[in-house]
Amino acid sequence: MSMIGSIAQIRLCCLLVPMWLIAGAVSVPAAGSETEFKAAYAAAEAAEKEAGRLRNRWTVTEAALIEAKKAADRGDFDQAISSAKEAEALAKASIFQAESEKDAWKNLEMR
Amino acid sequence: MRSRLKLALAAFAVLALSAISSAGAADKPDPVADASAFRNYFVKKFPSLKLEDFVNGPYALNEDMRRQWLEKEQFPPYEFSLEMGKELFARPFANGKHYADCFPHQGIGIRQNYPYFDEKEGKVVTLELALSRCREANGEKVISFVGEEMAALTAYMAFTSRGKLFDINIPDDPRALDAYQRGKRYFYTRRGQLNFSCATCHVQYPGERMRAEVLAPAVGILNAMPIYRSEWGGMGTISRRFTTCDSQIRGVPLEPQAEEYRDLEYYLSYVSNGLPISGPGARP
Amino acid sequence: MASSIRVRAIASGEITEVQTLIQHPMDSGFVKDDKGEIIPAHFIQELTFEYDSRKVFVADWGTAVSKDPYVKFSFKGGNKGDDLKVSWIDNQGAADTATVKIQ
Repeated sequence: MSMIGSIAQIRLCCLLVPMWLIAGAVSVPAAGSETEFKAAYAAAEAAEKEAGRLRNRWTVTEAALIEAKKAADRGDFDQAISSAKEAEALAKASIFQAESEKDAWKNLEMR
Repeated sequence: MRSRLKLALAAFAVLALSAISSAGAADKPDPVADASAFRNYFVKKFPSLKLEDFVNGPYALNEDMRRQWLEKEQFPPYEFSLEMGKELFARPFANGKHYADCFPHQGIGIRQNYPYFDEKEGKVVTLELALSRCREANGEKVISFVGEEMAALTAYMAFTSRGKLFDINIPDDPRALDAYQRGKRYFYTRRGQLNFSCATCHVQYPGERMRAEVLAPAVGILNAMPIYRSEWGGMGTISRRFTTCDSQIRGVPLEPQAEEYRDLEYYLSYVSNGLPISGPGARP
Repeated sequence: MASSIRVRAIASGEITEVQTLIQHPMDSGFVKDDKGEIIPAHFIQELTFEYDSRKVFVADWGTAVSKDPYVKFSFKGGNKGDDLKVSWIDNQGAADTATVKIQ
């Protein structure tokens, strides 16, 4: 693949990415739905369950899950989805931490 | 294209090889060497201190705090809990037996031998767990590992061992070595949203401040337990400290006396072998 | 019932140094329990030390003093073997007193 060809490719990619983002933003409905919330919450719960299995849950994940439930209970599904997604991200981070620490801990060991 | 693939394969092979060789190097744990390295680190870091000084935690590292603590030791805040512990220890169970019946030497002057590895059950038994089992075996109801009563009992038992040197034994049993190694791993593993390990505070920054607190060194850190913490306004057990530590770094605490915590206590106690029991203690 | 007051007084020359540790919850009235209910304020309001029928130290306390308070102070005078009396009264009307010989 020639250099010029790759630059052209990169330029095209740069154009495409923002287009996709904009397109994505436009296609999201104005208000979150209960169905969306349930899906987001289920995903968050599943991730947190995995973190629990690894014995590495975070307090902030639990707090976000509670927030999500509370928001859903009062009908604020936008907030509920947002909190659920945050919970999922936090849970995944805690899983990542547990996995990487399996080896990384040795770096701190005094020898 | 092909050269890129070759390069990728070569890189992967190197990684794989190094992984295998380091796995081979993850040999049998050497607690004796570990303990030596552990102590040397702190002795080097604080050359003006004697090894036994470390059991006083922050008071060994901060002159102003030390002065206040020495004054208060004439009338220590843990006195009430200690008295309660003495009473509770002596009080008979409903069936007429006593705590003394569950322990060697009537439970007096034995704290420095805990935790120990129970070869029958293949697990670490801490003092708190032993007390809890004693109750169970005598039909008494469960008491919390993080509550006042357990704190008072362990305070009394620690008091009867004051000055005695930590004497933790790792039997020549692969399960015991595993438990020790798990405890060591827990100590150094980062956890919680704040991504701290026990070592982050107690190895990297003893003597430094974490908000208003002066951090204690990890060596000798269990020698003063249980402690009356002004922050708690009362006496707290090792279980209480472990669980609150976890939540402070935003990790959901495990159950008190979970295997991880018992293994951790085993490791931390072992590397402090030879240091005197100073419990019960007082801390800010 | 065991006394809530531990006290020790040591005379040295003209000065007597007194230390005391008092067992008291000193609840401020701002803290909630596990169920979310306020733990009612329960704190020592007045602490008095008397020597030779006169007050040598009086403390008017409020909610800022923490649990199991420790006090240390010195006063002029005080002979070995004499009595020193400590008493406190709290906002719920409870009280306690102790007398100790100066060492």
